[in-house]
Amino acid sequence: MADIILFSAIKIVVVLAVVMGGVAYTTLAERKVSAWLQDRLGPNRVGPFGLLQPIADGIKFFTKEDITPGRSYKPSYFLAPMATLIPALITFAVIPFGESVSLSGKDHRLLIAEGTGLGLVYLLAVSSLGVYGILLAGLSSNNKYSLLGALRSVNQVVSYEVALGLGLIPLAMTAGGFDIDAIVRAQKGGVWFVVPHFIAFIILLVALFAETNRLPFDLPEGESELVGGYHTEYSGMRFAMFFMGEYANMITASALLVLLFFGGWHLPFLNYGWFGPVLGGILSAIVFACKTAFFVFFFIWVRWTLPRFRYDQVMHMMWIRILPLGLAYILVTALFLYLRGPIK
Amino acid sequence: MICRRPVLTIWEKLYLPSIAQGLMVTVRHLFRKRVTVQYPEERWIPPSYFRGAPILLTGLDGQEKCTSCKLCQFICPPKAITIKGAETEDHKEKYPEEFFIDMGLCIFCGYCQEVCPVEAIWLKHQYELADYDRTALIFDKKKLLEMGRMAPYLKGREKPVQGGGE
Repeated sequence: MADIILFSAIKIVVVLAVVMGGVAYTTLAERKVSAWLQDRLGPNRVGPFGLLQPIADGIKFFTKEDITPGRSYKPSYFLAPMATLIPALITFAVIPFGESVSLSGKDHRLLIAEGTGLGLVYLLAVSSLGVYGILLAGLSSNNKYSLLGALRSVNQVVSYEVALGLGLIPLAMTAGGFDIDAIVRAQKGGVWFVVPHFIAFIILLVALFAETNRLPFDLPEGESELVGGYHTEYSGMRFAMFFMGEYANMITASALLVLLFFGGWHLPFLNYGWFGPVLGGILSAIVFACKTAFFVFFFIWVRWTLPRFRYDQVMHMMWIRILPLGLAYILVTALFLYLRGPIK
Repeated sequence: MICRRPVLTIWEKLYLPSIAQGLMVTVRHLFRKRVTVQYPEERWIPPSYFRGAPILLTGLDGQEKCTSCKLCQFICPPKAITIKGAETEDHKEKYPEEFFIDMGLCIFCGYCQEVCPVEAIWLKHQYELADYDRTALIFDKKKLLEMGRMAPYLKGREKPVQGGGE
């Protein structure tokens, strides 16, 4: 029992550290990649190639004056950044990040919340919790731009939650369970789900972009229209918490795409059993991190390529295009699975 | 005029192919040459036709070319040039005893260069003229001639010199 608790604690600390470090360096990657895509250099003053820039940013955020607007509703104003960051971080509880590790004859899953078997349901539930932070921020800031941004965000996130569900159901049907592990296992040695489930991949990709409020779905923040959207009035560390929440969501979304469609930590023609019980697990985690990093890059790449949608286009795309497509795809998958017969 | 919306084919309506196209456009820029000039370490070298600060040139004899005709002073739109002429035993008979250009007033129009009959005043490469003190921006003859001697790509030397003029 004690070793399970110890191992869980280690996993929590490591995952949290990796995710927070990842968030810090994703902000640097965003600035670097955006600069490169525009033929610029990007931050290169702090440390070699600007690699210490996140630390400088952190110091700046911590020492900045924390401004609270007058007549804001203080309790929810202070609660909102935490309500955004915490759901973004706790989604990682159900994200498996590698092959099992065997220590002293015992198998340990590289997953914080082991054996729930309901990873996807938890993920859906928690990812929509993040919207409360945005809503609270918009309502309590006493700023019309914040309110409008929050309204847009809530509308968008709630709408695309449907698309997220629609994209996940065919995968759960194919793998036979809501366990993310089961979906990864179903792709092991076979074809990655991106090939047979390409339509689900597109639906989920669009939904995740909308869920994370990233361009081309960044209407909640639409700088040209809404100043900064729901976090207009926030400064200092509170603003940083919104920022970190957004980037943590981005990493979660990337990890999810890798797990569901790109074989998780599996590579074709590679068996982690060859590397022994511990090294194989670590190696699989590294492979998983690399794949996730690619999708983080993809998120940034898309952001600096596509312009923002108009608001009616966002809603039209969800309710007129994706909803029927997703429902039809579930039926097609069901039919296909029925014809194939039960899994042996 | 009626602008008709283009009728999109199904391929275009799908939207995804055009997104892929757009992504390919941006990713090509990832490997392009960077255009950034890292200013304090690297300096931008202006082209030879650049109109920077006006400077005074010296002739082959080492004397300033200016004959103190004051055409530049008259034509200068913001009246940035002040010349005090004096007589000399030289062949040119007149020379500027004092020659001030207020760089705070100068608008870099190049009229002085255009109007000068002896090609004594030129707008050259210098563009870093800021100072904390306005009086320091009034350049006298000595300074202007010094800048003229340092100017790159004068006649017969059309290629810019790296870091010239500093």
